[in-house]
Amino acid sequence: MAARMQQGGRPGGARFAQFKLVLLGESAVGKSSLVLRFVKDQFDDYRESTIGAAFLTQTIALDDQTTVKFEIWDTAGQERYKSLAPMYYRNANCAVVVYDITQASSLDKAKSWVKELQRQANENIIIALAGNKADLVAEQPDKRAVQTADAEAYARESNLLFFETSAKTAENVKELFTAIAKKLPIEQASQRGMRGPAGRPGGVDLGNRQEAGSAGGGPGGCNC
Amino acid sequence: MDEIAPEYDVVVLGTGLTECILSGVLSVKGAKVLHMDRNDHYGGEAASVNLETLFRQYNKTTVYGPGNEPWKKYGRANDWNIDLVPKLLMSNGELTNILVSTDVTRYIEFKQVAGSYVQQSNGAKATVAKVPSDAGEALRSPLMGLFEKRRARNFLTWVASFDEANPSTHNGMFRATHISYDTRTPGMNLSQSTMKQVYDKFGLEATTRDFIGHSMALYTTDDYIDSRGQAKDCVERIRLYVNSMARYGKSPYIYPLYGLGELPQGFARLSAIYGGTYMLNTTIDEVTYDDATGKVTGISATMKERGEEGEGMKFRTKCAKILADPSYFPGKVQVVGQILKAICILNHPIDRTDNADSLQLIIPQSQVGRKHDIYIAMVSSAHNVCPKGYYIAIVSTIAETGANHHLELQPGIERLGRIEEKFMGAPIPIYAPLGSGAEDNVFLSKSYDASSHFETMTDDVRDIYRRAEGKELVVEGLKEGQGLVAEE
Ligand SMILES: Cc1cc2nc3c(=O)[nH]c(=O)nc-3n(C[C@H](O)[C@H](O)[C@H](O)COP(=O)(O)OP(=O)(O)OC[C@H]3O[C@@H](n4cnc5c(N)ncnc54)[C@H](O)[C@@H]3O)c2cc1C
Ligand SMILES: Nc1nc2c(ncn2[C@@H]2O[C@H](COP(=O)(O)OP(=O)(O)OP(=O)(O)O)[C@@H](O)[C@H]2O)c(=O)[nH]1
Ligand SMILES: [Mg+2]
Repeated sequence: MAARMQQGGRPGGARFAQFKLVLLGESAVGKSSLVLRFVKDQFDDYRESTIGAAFLTQTIALDDQTTVKFEIWDTAGQERYKSLAPMYYRNANCAVVVYDITQASSLDKAKSWVKELQRQANENIIIALAGNKADLVAEQPDKRAVQTADAEAYARESNLLFFETSAKTAENVKELFTAIAKKLPIEQASQRGMRGPAGRPGGVDLGNRQEAGSAGGGPGGCNC
Repeated sequence: MDEIAPEYDVVVLGTGLTECILSGVLSVKGAKVLHMDRNDHYGGEAASVNLETLFRQYNKTTVYGPGNEPWKKYGRANDWNIDLVPKLLMSNGELTNILVSTDVTRYIEFKQVAGSYVQQSNGAKATVAKVPSDAGEALRSPLMGLFEKRRARNFLTWVASFDEANPSTHNGMFRATHISYDTRTPGMNLSQSTMKQVYDKFGLEATTRDFIGHSMALYTTDDYIDSRGQAKDCVERIRLYVNSMARYGKSPYIYPLYGLGELPQGFARLSAIYGGTYMLNTTIDEVTYDDATGKVTGISATMKERGEEGEGMKFRTKCAKILADPSYFPGKVQVVGQILKAICILNHPIDRTDNADSLQLIIPQSQVGRKHDIYIAMVSSAHNVCPKGYYIAIVSTIAETGANHHLELQPGIERLGRIEEKFMGAPIPIYAPLGSGAEDNVFLSKSYDASSHFETMTDDVRDIYRRAEGKELVVEGLKEGQGLVAEE
C-alpha cells in the first residue's frame, strides 16, 4: 500500500499516518457535500456539481496518541459518464461509496461501484457505504426509498462499514470518517517511518523550479 | 444519465497529453469544455498499457485464451504500465513548468532517471559512456583525449555563462567569459552563426561535436550544424540539458511513477475539477460547419461502452471550436515522417550502464552509418511500471528506408542483450495538420515526434493555444484558486 507515513513529532509512541480516500457514487447523491461537511463543517443547499474541489485533506485525532490524515479525492464529475481515470483509484486506502436514501436507483449504482472496487482496487481497501440525505426522511418519512435494514444487510454481506448520513445536518459525518480511520492499518503505516519529501526514496520535489546559474553541481534539490 | 449541455465553448477530441493540457488550461481559465475520446482509456497514443493489452495490440490476429496467455508468466498484467511513446521529462523543461504552475504535481510523483549515456563507435568496438554534463565532468570523461577534454570544458563553460540578454556574451562571442581563449574573435552573433563556426572556434573534434549535438543538444540529425542562425538554438538546448542535469544530479530527466500515461490523466483531472465534462467510449458521428463561414458549429456523437447492448447514448451539442488530435480528422492532416519503435522487456539492466534502473542511451547516427539517431529509453520497477526484476526498454528512431525496418533498429536492439519479449510493429506515421485551423476553427495537434523529451510537445501546446485563442498561453499563476471565477 502506498499510504504516506511519517513518524509523529510527539515523544512516546505517537502515531501519525496519511491515507488516500476516494469518493464514489452517482451524481448528486452528496459526495462533495459530505466532504465539505467533514473538512470545513459547511453545507450549501444550492451546490452545483463539483467545481474546484480537488483534493482536500482533513486530520482526525483518534486519541491523544494517534492522528490520521485523510487525503480526500473527489471524483470531479468524471464518474458522470463513466470516465474516471485509473489515477483516481490508484493507491486508494479507503473509499466512501455514497447513495441517496431517497433514490432507490442510487443504491444500485453504489453496489456496482463496490463491485468495481473489490475487483480493481487494492485488496485491503476499506470501503464504507453511506446512505446520505437522512435529514430529508426525518422531515418526511415517506420520502425514504431505501430501507435502513436492507442497506445494512447488504453492507454486512459485503463487509462494508455502513452509516446513514446527512451532509446538511452533519448527522453521522464525523462518525463515518472516524470509523474508517479506526479500521485503517495505522500501526503498520506509522512503523514504516520517514519518507522523502516526495513521499518515497529517490522521489523528486518539483516545487521550486530554478535555473541553475552555471554548469556544475547545481543548488540542492537532490535527495537521493 | 445526465443531459449533455446544449453548447460548449470548446470540444476537445482525444485524451493525449497535448489535448489534456489544453483542456485543463482552458477549463481553469473559465471555458466550458467537453472532452471526449473514442477509446475506453485516457492517453490516446500517449497511454501506458498493461502487458496483456500490449500483447493483444501487437498481435491482432493471435487468438489468446486459456493455454495461450503469454503475459501470465510475467506476474500480474496490471502491474505493468508500458508507455507506447518513449519519452522522458527534462527536469527543467517546459512540461515541468506547466505541471508545477497548474499544481498537477499533486497527483503525480516523479523520480529521477538514473543515467544518460551515449554510444561511441559500433559493433564489437562499441563503447558506452556517461554524457558529461558540465565542465568538470568533461574533464573526467573517457569520451575524449586529454587536450580535447580541455577544449570541451572551455566550450561548456562558455555555454553556461552565455547570457541571451547580454549581447556582449554573444556578439564578441568569447569576450565576456573568463576564458582567455581567443580575444580576437570576430563579432559573432549567435542568431546568425552556424554551430559549425562555434565548434570551429573552440577547435572541437568530430566525435565531441557528435556527443554534444546529439546527446546534449538532442538533435536527431546533423542538419543543425550548417544551418545559419541555429547556433543560438543549439546553445539553448545545451543549456536546457545542463540546467536540467544540475537540478537533481543523476540525469537531466525525470519520469512519473506508474508511467507517462499518468500525465494526460493528471491534466484531465485538472480540467474536470474546473468543470470540464469527460466522456470516454465516445465516437464522433458528425462535425457540422456553417455553410457561409465554413466554421465549425457543432458535433454529434455516440457514447457506448464496449459490449454494451443497444444503440448507446446519442447526442448533439453546439460548439465554437474543436481541438483534436490528428486521428479525428484524417482529411485535415498529412504524414510528415515515420517512427520505428521496438518495446522490449528485459530481466536485467543494460550492460555497461552501471546497473542503472533507468536511463536514456543515445546512439548518434554517425556512429552507426545512419542519418537519424537511435534512442533507447529504459525504465523499470523503480518507477512502478513493472514487477521487480524487469526492465522496459524502448528502442526508437526515424525510418530511413522503405523496408526491413527491424534492421534499422538493430544497433539499439544489440545494446540490450538478452530480450524476454519484443514488440515491434509497422512504422508509425507522424501526422501534422495541413492548416492552422483559422478557416474552420478546428485546431489540430501534431503526433508525438521522435524526440526523447516533451519540449516539442509543449511548443505544440503553445502553438495550438495561440491559434485557437489568439493570444499567448500564460501558465504561471494557474494554481487552484487563482484566475478562477468562484463557483457559480
Ligand atoms: C489519421 C488517423 C486516423 C485514425 N482514425 C481512427 C479511427 O477512426 N478509429 C479508431 O479507433 N482509431 C483511429 N486511429 C487510431 C489508430 O488507428 C490507433 O493507433 C490504432 O490503435 C492503431 O491500430 P491498428 O489496428 O491500425 O494497428 P497497427 O497500426 O498495426 O498498430 C497496432 C499497435 O502497434 C503499434 N505499432 C504500430 N507500428 C508500430 C511500430 N513500428 N513500432 C511499435 N509499435 C507499433 C501501434 O501504436 C498500435 O498500438 C487513427 C489514427 C490516425 C493516425
Ligand atoms: N437535504 C440534503 N441535501 C443534500 C445532502 N447532501 C447533498 N445534498 C444536496 O444534493 C445536491 C448534490 O450534492 P453534491 O454534494 O454536489 O453531490 P455530488 O455527489 O458531489 O454530485 P456530483 O459532483 O455531480 O457527482 C446539492 O444540492 C446538495 O445541496 C444532504 O445530506 N441532505
Ligand atoms: Mg461532487
